[in-house]
Formats: sequence, C-alpha cells, structure tokens
Amino acid sequence: MSAEVLALSAAQASAAIGAGELDAGELFSFYRERAEADREAGQEGLNCFTWVAREAPGKAGTRVRETVPHWPDTVRMHESAGSSLAGVPLAVKDLFCTEDAPSQSGSRMLEGYTPPYTASAVARLREAGAPLLAKTNQDEFAMGSSTENSAFGPTLNPWDRTRVPGGSSGGSAAAVAAGLAPWALGTDTGGSIRQPASLCGVVGLKPTYGSVSRYGMIAFASSLDQAGPLTRDVTDAALMLAHMIGRDACDATSLAHPQQIALPSAERLDGVRIGVPAELEPEGSSIEDGVRRCFHRALALAEELGAQVNTDISLPHAPYGLSAYYILAPAEASSNLARFDGVRYGLRAASSSKVEGATDLLDMYTRTRHDGFGREVKRRIMLGTYALSSGYYEAYYGRAQKVRTKIAEDFATAFASVDLIATPTSPGVAFALGEKTADPWSMYLSDYFTVPMSLAGIPAISIPCGLSDEHARAGANGAEANGSGLPVGLQLAGPAFSENKLLDAAHALERAIAFDSTAAHV
Amino acid sequence: MSEPATTPTQPPEGGSPKQKDSYEAVIGLEIHVQLATVTKMFCGCELSFGEPPNTRTCPVCLGLPGSLPVANAHAVHLGLVIGLALGCELAPRSVFHRKNYFYPDLPKGYQISQYDEPLCRGGALGEVRIRRVHLEEDAAKLIHVGSSGRIHGSDASIVDFNRGGTPLAEIVTEPDLRTPEQASEWLKLLRTTLRQLGVSDVNMEEGSLRCDANISLRPACSAELGTKTELKNVNSFRFIERGIRAEIARQERILHAGRQVVQETLHYDPASDRITSLRSKEEAHDYRYFPEPDLLPVAIDQHMLAAARQALSELPSERAARFQRQLALSLETAQLLSFRSELGDYFEAALAAGADPAPPAQALANWVTGELAPRLGGYGREHDDRGGGSAVADEPVDGGVGGDPVNSRVTPAALAALVGMTAAKQVSVGAARQVLDRLIAEGGDPRAIVEAEGLAAMDGGDELAAIVAAAIAANADAAQRVREGNAKAVGPIVGQVMRQTRGRADGTEVARLVNEQLGV
Repeated sequence: MSAEVLALSAAQASAAIGAGELDAGELFSFYRERAEADREAGQEGLNCFTWVAREAPGKAGTRVRETVPHWPDTVRMHESAGSSLAGVPLAVKDLFCTEDAPSQSGSRMLEGYTPPYTASAVARLREAGAPLLAKTNQDEFAMGSSTENSAFGPTLNPWDRTRVPGGSSGGSAAAVAAGLAPWALGTDTGGSIRQPASLCGVVGLKPTYGSVSRYGMIAFASSLDQAGPLTRDVTDAALMLAHMIGRDACDATSLAHPQQIALPSAERLDGVRIGVPAELEPEGSSIEDGVRRCFHRALALAEELGAQVNTDISLPHAPYGLSAYYILAPAEASSNLARFDGVRYGLRAASSSKVEGATDLLDMYTRTRHDGFGREVKRRIMLGTYALSSGYYEAYYGRAQKVRTKIAEDFATAFASVDLIATPTSPGVAFALGEKTADPWSMYLSDYFTVPMSLAGIPAISIPCGLSDEHARAGANGAEANGSGLPVGLQLAGPAFSENKLLDAAHALERAIAFDSTAAHV
Repeated sequence: MSEPATTPTQPPEGGSPKQKDSYEAVIGLEIHVQLATVTKMFCGCELSFGEPPNTRTCPVCLGLPGSLPVANAHAVHLGLVIGLALGCELAPRSVFHRKNYFYPDLPKGYQISQYDEPLCRGGALGEVRIRRVHLEEDAAKLIHVGSSGRIHGSDASIVDFNRGGTPLAEIVTEPDLRTPEQASEWLKLLRTTLRQLGVSDVNMEEGSLRCDANISLRPACSAELGTKTELKNVNSFRFIERGIRAEIARQERILHAGRQVVQETLHYDPASDRITSLRSKEEAHDYRYFPEPDLLPVAIDQHMLAAARQALSELPSERAARFQRQLALSLETAQLLSFRSELGDYFEAALAAGADPAPPAQALANWVTGELAPRLGGYGREHDDRGGGSAVADEPVDGGVGGDPVNSRVTPAALAALVGMTAAKQVSVGAARQVLDRLIAEGGDPRAIVEAEGLAAMDGGDELAAIVAAAIAANADAAQRVREGNAKAVGPIVGQVMRQTRGRADGTEVARLVNEQLGV
C-alpha cells in the first residue's frame, strides 16, 4: 500500500482522492510520518525540514480563518477558490510566512519566529486544497546555492548524502526527490528553484516575475524573488502553478496572468524553435563533460520530436549577468534585511554597553546583527551597502541596472527568431558538501545559466535530462539498483507569460527522456 | 551645548568683523502635512487619532517579514490636489525610493519616500516659490521615559506604531523668506490653503502640520547664499518665529565673531529658548536611496488629473456657500455635506434623481447626513480583532472610496424617493427608517418595500382611532394623569399605538388623536 501511495505523483494522488480511491487524511499521515522521521533523524537523515505538521488538518480546503490582510478583492478571491487539489499535502520553503508554523528563512535571526499571517501563495494553495505538510530547509535568507548556509544545518542530497542538494530551495528539492513530500514550494531569485531541482533530479519552475504574489515571502531581492513549484514531473508543476498565479492586491508588483495555466499534453515538438545561445561556456569554469553529454542528448531528442534546434542565437550580455546580479541582489537585500534590528521580533542580543546608564541602541543593533546573521548574509549586506553608497551608486547599481536592461533586450531579440531557449540548468552536477564554501565566486558560478532569466523576469523550467556518469555516487539511498551517476538538469526559458508553451515543451521532452524521478526515494 | 562647534577663520582681509545689522537672513521651509486619508500610506490600517498605542497596526506598517507596501491612491490624489493648488508641475511619472537608516521608529529600516522624481515640482504660493511636493510615510512615535525626554539619557524608549505609515506630503519651498515674521505669516497662508483644500487637518498641536526651517545669513545685498542650518520641528507659529529669531541671532554672533557657521541639524528648545545641535554634516546619514522595488512608479493618468482638478474646482467653503444660497440649507448641514465631499456628491445626485414626490432639499440633506451616513459608518471598514490588525481597506489603489454612500446598496434615487414619500406623509418617519434599513441591507425600490411590508402611513381614519381608543383603555392610569394636566403622561399611550402600528402611524397625528379622545 505505502509503495503504491509513494509512487503516485501529486496530480495522480489528487485524482485518486477525487475518485474515492485514496483518503486525503491517510495520504497526509503517510507523508507526515515520512517527513517527521527525516526531521527527527537530523543530520543522520537528509535534514530537509525545519518544521513538520503535528497532525492532519481538518477537511481539506476549509477556511480556518482569513489571514491575508488589507484588500477586499483578495478576500473574495479566497472565498471563491475551490478544493481542486483534493488534499495533497505541500512542503513549503521556510521563508514563506505561515501563521501556524515557524518561518525562519533559514536564519538564526528568526529562530522560532511564527508570523501572524500567511503568505498569499501558500494561502492560495491551501484554499485550493493543499494543506501545509512541512517547512523546508534553505540557505539563510535564500542566499546560497547549496543549502549549506542554513542556520539549521545543511540538507543532504538524496542521490548522494555526501553532496549538496543545491540551493537555496535545497530542502524543497531534496524532499521531493526523496519522496518525503509529494511536492514543494520554493523561491527563485537567481536560480534558487531551478538549480536545486537540477541537482536533485526533479522539476523546478520559476514563473514570469509578477505571476505569483510575493506577499508573505521573507524578501531577499524584491525585484527578482519569485515563488514556484518543485515537483516530481511537469504535470505536477503545471497543476501547482495553476493554483498560485494571479494578481494579489497585497503585492503591487503582481500581475494578472493573461492565460489560464493548462495541464500540459504535448507529446511532440513539431515546429517548436529551440535556441541554444552561443555564450554557453562560463568564464573561469566550464560545463562538466557529463553535463554537456546529457544536454546534447536532450537536444537530439528534441529534434527527434520535431523541434528545430538553432545554435546560432546570441545573448551577448548574458555573460555579465552574474556580475550585475551580484550588485543588484545584495543592494536590495541590504535594505530588505535592515528590519532585522532586534527591536520588534526575532533575535535581540543583550547589550553590555551603556550610554548614560541606559542600553546603547547602536550596540544592541550591532550585536543583534552580528549574532543573528551568517557569513554569506553579512557578505551580501556589505556588498549591497557599498554598492548603494553615496558616490558609488551610479558606478555600481546604476550600471548593473543598465546591464539588466541589455540582457532583457537580448532575450527579446532572441525570441524574435526562436520560441524557447535551452541551456544546461547548472554547469555541474551536485558538488560535495564543503567543496565551494570557501570560495564564494565558484559557488556563485553554479547560477551562471539561471541568473540571466531572473534578471529579464522571464519564465524558465528545469527538468531532469539524465544522469552524468562522470562522478561516482557515494552513499546513495537504495538507488544503486538504478545505476550510477548524478542528475543533470535541462533549462528551458520562454518569453514573459509563456508558461503554457514552456510546460508543453517540457512535458514532451520529459516523456522522451523518461527519467526515473523516484530513483532517489528513501 | 548652546553653540555648536565652529571653525575659527581669519577676519576678512584688511577689515574688522562686519558691522552689526549688515546681514540678511535667507529662510526656506520644509513642511510635512499629514494627509486626510482614511487609511495609511501603504496599508489598510485606519489613521489613528488618539487610539490606545499599537492598535492601528498590521504586518505592513509594523514592517513584519514578508509584508509589502501598496500605495494609497487617495493619498496620491490629495498630493495632486496640493500640487495643482500650488501651481506645481505634476510629474506624469514619479518614483518611490527607499531612504535607508536605522532607528526604532522606522520598522523596516527604511522610509518609503520620493527622491529625485517627486510627484510635483515648481509652483508658488504668494511670493514664495515651491521647489517640490512629494509623498512619503510618517515614522512611528517614540516616547522616551525618563528625565531627558530625548533618546539619549532616557531610561527607556517605547514605540507607538499607530502613527507609523500615516501619509505625508512634504512641501519644500525655495529660500524666499527673509524674516521670522514673514515665515510665520506665510505658513499661516499655507495652512489656510491646505485646510480649504480639505487635504489635511493641518493642526500643528496634533502634529498634522510640521515645519522645519533652513536658515542662512548673508551680507545684505549679496546674492550668494551663506552656510545653512536646519532647524527641526518648530511646531507652532509662535515657536517658528522665536526659533528662527534665535537661530538668526546665533548665526549673527558667530559671524560677528569672525567665525564660520557650520552646516548642521539643530533643535530648538522653546522652554529655554536655546538651540542645540542634533548632528553635523560629518555625522549626516548616507541614506543610500534607491528605487523602491516593491512599488511601481506612480503614473498619473487623465482620470487622476481630472479628479484632482474636480476637487479644486470648488473648494469646500465655496460649495457650502452654494448649498446655503441656492438650496437654503442650514449652515451646519451645508458644511457637513461640503467637508465630507462624498456626502455632498451623493446628496446632489439624489437631488437630481427626479423623485416624485420631490424631496425638499433640507429634508434630503438631513436624511443623507443624519440617517444614511451614520448607518454606513462601518461600511467597508471591517475591523478584525486578531491583533494582526488586517483591516479591509477602504482605499484600494484603484481609487475606490469607502464609507461613501455611493458604494452602498442605497441608490441616490431610492433615497430621494423615500424622503419624498416621507415629506408627503405617505410613510411615517419611523416606517421610513425601517425602509432605509432594508435598503442598506438589500437594496431595492423603497415604494415596493413599503407596499410589500404594509408600511404605508395610516391616515387619521377609523382604524387608527380604534387603536388609539384601545391604547387609552389599556393605560387608564396614564390617561387619567393626562386628563389631570400632565401632558407628558401621554407617552405610554402613544408608544403602544406606535408599537401596534409598527411605526406606520404618524406620531403627530397619533398625539392629536389621543388628546382629542381624552378631551384635552
């Protein structure tokens, strides 16, 4: 029975519940026990979760109480939503505010912090019938590509416990890959959904900027952050996305998606023009051979399915994406993280310094932020503060904004001649724990292919496209029977609001690639 | 310190220190105006007027993790009204920036303000040119416990976030003022103008109008500006004059002594008439302004411009005068309808609805202000009691206005018809109130409700006379006392008649019949 339940994708489980073949409460308990076992095991398990629900919720989709404040149309939207997800439990990245559960964004600064309201994206999915199963581990404030920057210890890759799951949504990706959650919600700022999806062999989608409300997401970089699904297959990603998108009056940058998200059905790619940018090889590093082989096999499959692969397109400014990103994202982060000052919530460090007999405010601020933030967060706050400083603003922030505009223009030009752009999701497969922690730039390079799409605000999906046999796998969780090697991700990107086209193409390729997304189940 | 650090300089070449009275003061003002919106600048919390501390808050104005601002469309509207009234150029596109600094009254660690692309530029009021008008959010209120009354040296500081996020318009003048008296007079002119525009309470004592002064001295007849200081929070007309006078005197002493004025931010203490330094230029913050990524630029469209012009076209006092003159409304009613323009708009729409019988203007105005508006008091302002404070906003960014009867189920035509029927004594006042309750709950046509509910007024015929007779019989004691000359004792009898007729009977007619039957 349990093996059968575990084998069901979220969409299949939802259908089975709808048909009366599966009980939503039993499904919840099944995953709750699996997740709780991993949580209790800590670093002996995969350390995917920072919190696991204690009991099954009441009737799925029931309105417990309205938690999204402020604007009347939000309230109406929630009242009208149905229960079409039928009770399939959802793992949610720690940085989403959830009224019933700690929301710590992987930081000591927010250890034990439980917000008084729930993020819009989580609320929408809950109203649609996906109850909260667990909160997943992440890099602190989503800053990182390995989930090693979490105050709650690193998450391990279920394909090989000596390796990282990617990040920052590493807990979400690993939980789905290990079968500890049917599906999970993540966020992507420069690749934080796609890169861990790639390293864990699952599907990860970053929607068009503005498609999903950011209200209640503990912000990293506001102009880049976007929520999206991490799932076992493309159909699940479409199903989750369909219930997340939409204008939210609580987020001024959110947009009404011009299309309903449909469940993908395409099996062929006839007439689809896929571009491969000339600027594939990153500076100072290169694509691993095993990744390159998987990528080219996927392109050959795409051609067999009827696609035209065009290797003659160019994104001339994309190589500057990473540099621009590491100005803009830290600049916004330095401001977004200013609110963590010890005054109202979260950590407050005791101050020993007194000024005229009273606690010294500046000393309290300094100690709180010294104790509460990890190294990577401090590094980016300092980078961002510097970039915004008087006299440096134009040279750094101003120029980075211009590069961002140029990259968006590059994509617009490219999409005049192709429908989709394909790249490997990450230059390499999952790397060893600790391998890149001492060298931030090599860590940043793992987002080389994903950052340009984030800067342009366009949608992109990562699907598993095979196993790289370049690296031997150590300590896999019963996956030896499925051969060796580590998962490689294929990234497909399309113009703004092209999610349906993207999902259809990914669906057709997924069928042809036939990757076993259950191979790393624990 | 009473005089901040100054830099000694050589006396001017070949000369003694300048003669007294040879300096001219150059004064510019920065005025913060709390806008008279219903809700805060970036969230749905209602503005606070003396509520218990921290009761008008929500995740947004507390700066909780994950919360996002949404600009208040009505605040933008009021900013445009100010800009138009001051003859400013309105920016087709203006941008909110983040002004970053740490302070306990600033929950996000930054203030959302406007920087190099403000809502309005240029303009003038009287002889003083306006440099710019921009929108921003107010800080929370800090209360320092202890003897000093300031953050340094206090035993503790407590924060009330009720004020945090209140919409502010900052009006910055060019340095066109020359004397303390002139500054105070001009500020009075500005206050009157803003009050007439209905954009703010402009009450200096309550802090809805706050003023800082930039002051420098220069040799008389010189065109060059001297080094300026910024005098913070001179918050009454008296203190503005006294504070500026004190600062001019301080700068004169420095210059006469052959020293240089240091650019710094100063605090005026009216109790001691002393000026102290808050921070010097070297200590000035680097605010690291950058465009607020959580908000879109404010794009002014024709609709918003038209609405701002409309608001300007007739100032509230002019509208009140017109209501008195043309419709013979009482002063009080005319002012109520004018100062709450949504009520005035509704009233005029009802008056123009062509109800038959037509309602008298004063009666209609009374029903709008005295019956309908109080019943709609909570309209669109649902509060919750969860402490999260998530009020449902009545000022969404799409320009909706809450508490506005036009958003209720009672159409202006329906109210006009109801008041017309009441005035023609087709329904009693009591019955009409019942009909109004139904209209508010369900909408519909008042005449149909009257017919369906049998609420049409009873004429003074036999049916009513019989009910009155029964009521007298049932209240024999009261009847006896009325006969003995105690007119007030009629109450229980009339009350029973009204209960039995469910308010359909006209109270005056009932009283007349009771007295008639009792022979008094």
